[in-house]
Amino acid sequence: MKFSANWLKQWVKVDLNAVQWAERLTAAGLAVDSVEPVAAAFSHVVVAEIEACKPHPDADKLSVCSVNDGSAERLQIVCGAPNARVGLRVPLARVGAQIGADLHIRKAQLRGVESAGMLCSARELGLSEDHSGLMELPPDAPLGVDFRSWLALDDFSIEIDLTPNRSDCLCIRGLARDVAANCAAEFQDRIIPSVAAQSDDALPVRLLSGEDCPRYAARVIRGIEPTAKTPLWMMEALRRCGLRSISPVVDITNYVLLELGQPMHAFDLDRLDREIVVRRGRQGESLRLLNGTEVELDEGVLAICDGSGPVALAGIMGGAASSMTDTTTSILLESAWFKPATIMGKARAYGLHTDASHRFERGVDPQGQVRAIERATALVLEICGGVPGPVLVQEDVHCLPAPRPIRLRHDRLNQLMGLEFERSQVEDILQRLGMEVSFADGSWTVTAPSARMDIAIEEDLIEEVARIHGYDRIPEAPPGGQLAVGSAASHTVSLMHMRQSLCAAGYQEAINYSFVDRRQLEAVHQAGFALPLANPLSAEMDVMRTTLLPGLLANLAYNVRRQQARVRLFETGLAYIQQETLQEISRICGVATGSAWPEQWAQPVRKLDFFDIKGDVERLIALRGDTPVSFTPFGEPWAHPGASACVELGGKPIGWCGAVHPGVLKTLDIEGEVFAFELDLDLLQQRQIPHACPISRFPSIRRDIAVWVPHEVTFAQIETVVRGEAADLLQDLVVFDVYLDEKLKKGYKSIAIGLILQNVSSTLVDELVDPVIHQAIATLEHRLGAQLRG
Amino acid sequence: MDTIKEIQHRARAAIEACQDLQRLDELRVGYLGKKGEITAQLKALASLDPEQRKAFGAAVNVARDDLALAIADRKTVLQAAALEALLLSQKVDVSLPGRGEQRGGLHPVTRAMQRAVDIFSRLGFDVATGPEVEQDYYNFAALNFPEHHPARAMHDTFYFGDGRLLRTHTSPVQIRVMEQQDPPYRVIAPGKVYRSDSDQTHTPMFHQIEGLLVGEGVSMADLKGLLHTFVNAFFERSLAMRFRPSYFPFTEPSAEVDIGWEKGGGAEPGWLEILGCGMVHPNVLRACNVDPERYSGYAFGMGVERIAMLRYGVTDLRHFYENDLQFLRQFH
Repeated sequence: MKFSANWLKQWVKVDLNAVQWAERLTAAGLAVDSVEPVAAAFSHVVVAEIEACKPHPDADKLSVCSVNDGSAERLQIVCGAPNARVGLRVPLARVGAQIGADLHIRKAQLRGVESAGMLCSARELGLSEDHSGLMELPPDAPLGVDFRSWLALDDFSIEIDLTPNRSDCLCIRGLARDVAANCAAEFQDRIIPSVAAQSDDALPVRLLSGEDCPRYAARVIRGIEPTAKTPLWMMEALRRCGLRSISPVVDITNYVLLELGQPMHAFDLDRLDREIVVRRGRQGESLRLLNGTEVELDEGVLAICDGSGPVALAGIMGGAASSMTDTTTSILLESAWFKPATIMGKARAYGLHTDASHRFERGVDPQGQVRAIERATALVLEICGGVPGPVLVQEDVHCLPAPRPIRLRHDRLNQLMGLEFERSQVEDILQRLGMEVSFADGSWTVTAPSARMDIAIEEDLIEEVARIHGYDRIPEAPPGGQLAVGSAASHTVSLMHMRQSLCAAGYQEAINYSFVDRRQLEAVHQAGFALPLANPLSAEMDVMRTTLLPGLLANLAYNVRRQQARVRLFETGLAYIQQETLQEISRICGVATGSAWPEQWAQPVRKLDFFDIKGDVERLIALRGDTPVSFTPFGEPWAHPGASACVELGGKPIGWCGAVHPGVLKTLDIEGEVFAFELDLDLLQQRQIPHACPISRFPSIRRDIAVWVPHEVTFAQIETVVRGEAADLLQDLVVFDVYLDEKLKKGYKSIAIGLILQNVSSTLVDELVDPVIHQAIATLEHRLGAQLRG
Repeated sequence: MDTIKEIQHRARAAIEACQDLQRLDELRVGYLGKKGEITAQLKALASLDPEQRKAFGAAVNVARDDLALAIADRKTVLQAAALEALLLSQKVDVSLPGRGEQRGGLHPVTRAMQRAVDIFSRLGFDVATGPEVEQDYYNFAALNFPEHHPARAMHDTFYFGDGRLLRTHTSPVQIRVMEQQDPPYRVIAPGKVYRSDSDQTHTPMFHQIEGLLVGEGVSMADLKGLLHTFVNAFFERSLAMRFRPSYFPFTEPSAEVDIGWEKGGGAEPGWLEILGCGMVHPNVLRACNVDPERYSGYAFGMGVERIAMLRYGVTDLRHFYENDLQFLRQFH
């Protein structure tokens, strides 16, 4: 809502500067977006008339004018405007005038002709963008009068960002009431006199849609002057509220809309068929609107119809066929009340948003229809002439919102605000807001003005009292309350701990949008269960991610392109898997490319490999304590078939790690090898509470075993055998060598392991250890085809 | 044959001139060893008469003790010198870079979020979570947004076409908490939220922290006190704060909160909006079967990106989601 401070001041006695306006309105919940002067700063500009106008002797586009500035003398002024003509009244900047910061008017020679001042365009005075010619003033503009004070240009246009509940402030009258309460100033409600009918001309109105439209006021005015012009004062008022002048009758309805908040419509009476019927639309009906768009109606939308069919979308926009034209002489004014719920969302559904729909959706004063039509009638008669018929009001008062008395308890108010209010303070505030107030037994009974559609319950009144009293005057109570221990969660590994662990391993945290391009998911073969958005922002963000991998791969590619040779990134967040139901799975995902270690002078450069990424995953898992984890071959198409593993905790798969399939990288245009992991957090974050076991006081001993095993035998198989045989004696097991020599032993690999053995109750002796080692070797030979290395 | 004095004198000179430990040991053996010169003098005692023996024996013992002491002293000196030389040979250029992984870092949004969560945890708030793909009921209806209400249009919502949507705020977690537990409530809900809006100051995904406190006798003064405490703790200084009346369907009264912020560079300090809040609307409490006559409470929601930008001096919101390592590496 944009409004003129001067207009408001006609309704409430306040005088504030720009900064005060912004502060006071904002503090009352009417957030001010901007306060702008309505004209440029200028002085010494007066109303003048061109009395003679002849071409400049030396310039085709200039004319030399003799100008009457209200004094006895005539001024010679050279002017370049195409509309300079005899008899035109225009703003004149006298010699000595200052316009804005830069323009100072002096006596000048223009192509050899003396010029004593400047005739101004609207743009030069900061009144509009119009620079097509001189600003044309009405013929009765008083000569010699100071232009600035004549148009009351010491004014501000104030733009406020109203919250949807405050529909009452979408007009000058409502704003004035709130400002009056807020500034403790006097609200001067205007008496709108009735305009007596001068004929009994009327169009019948039938309301067929019950509570959708419980009141419809209409009035016929015949014989209006089609060539009438909107007066300058009204154009100025509209301009300062952000509206353009269109035609006198439309300007009048807009003026009343701004002043009283009641949207109105003017039909061309001669283009209406017999009557007005308010009813729901019907399937198959259509209507061409004022703005030229054709809309299809249905049962959901309320239509204003005549004897032939729809002529307007109720509360949104009129139709083109019944609209006024340059030759219209008879009009029907409409001033109706439509139920907000009936209008809500309808304009939006048609891709429309109008001043009318904006107000009807939020709620228009249900008692304002007749007031508005009387105000508009008076203005039409004043500006366009005409003969008014009677105001015809069709209504069903039972369907109109009735004034509702609301109880406000004094103790409730004090409790909820944490502040002791005086009874008189509260009554003063509520009465200044136009509410009727009575007090009994510790409670007020309050009835809000009909325009305050947002006041429905006690809390609404509490807000009003607090708002006008000032939120800044509510004290700040120090935080308190009962102490309570929340869950200490020692059985979960915190996400922050996991993040920090990856940071220590050189990973930088990234955050990506949860929606991705479906093609990104297809590239990693995981588009199967993707949930598509119905209204994506763009095709690049059209489905919810089923994996965190594509985002991180894109980040990796982005950084590699920016000369980052070594990239390690991770992210935590949700993956969204839509099967019969949607699963939101909390994941942790990492990607890495480049060398295994940062380049360093004393450390050989080595390429990243599977065991680097596996190590990172193992250290993450280690945060949760000692649980059986296994890495088994992984067959998913996005991973390298020979260098990736399924990660299992206690036999349950929680994700994977390893090399990203080269085919995927090729699709994504990423060069080099990329390693990654992606794990479900749910199980990963579950932790065992440590439980201490007795430790041995006896020395441990180490025995090494080196065996040749066939290629396909895995270390895991060897470990299983050795752990089985060594049982309780085994404290630790390390692999210290893996060795391949096709010449020496084709089809075999050598694995060397060290066993750290220890007994809880005695020092280990060879007699005890030797049989265990021999048995382990025998079992390796027997089960896995191992051969002891010589 | 030299007198004992002469031997002692010669030996001392040799010991004091000795430059390495091995030679020193040879000297020790040469004089004090089994076949050493001093030892030989002792052996010669036997052939002397008792009168001479006593005097001579004492002289030899003095010489022997003197030389042993001299050797030990010399040994200490030589050992110290040797260690000195060894250490000198082991000297490294300490300015060369160390070995191993370079530390990565947390995303600034995570840092700000965690900082806020830590502060609220100390104020007794538990962390609650809820789904991001929400039902209309939790995101709007239960929060007192009527269908088609203009307040809904202020949330540019992503839909899935089947009644589900991406939550536009973390407020649905309020409803889920109140449905699942009995009052009093004291929770925060940090998380991602989504709005269909993308320009210089909006990203379609961002982060919020929701707070909900419901109990007996909770007032707006409590809300103001808590938020000011939080803001001062988060920014580690005493900031001016302004509560402006506003409108959210799920709180009444409602407020938007600005902090007074020095923009630096000589610019005028101004008000910066950092959160919205209010007293929980009785309709919301009723929708969750909480008696609004017995319980009252407040709720608040703040944008994490905004406080992260202020805290870390980030000037362009879009940096947060480009994931450029040059940007991210500034945060540890």
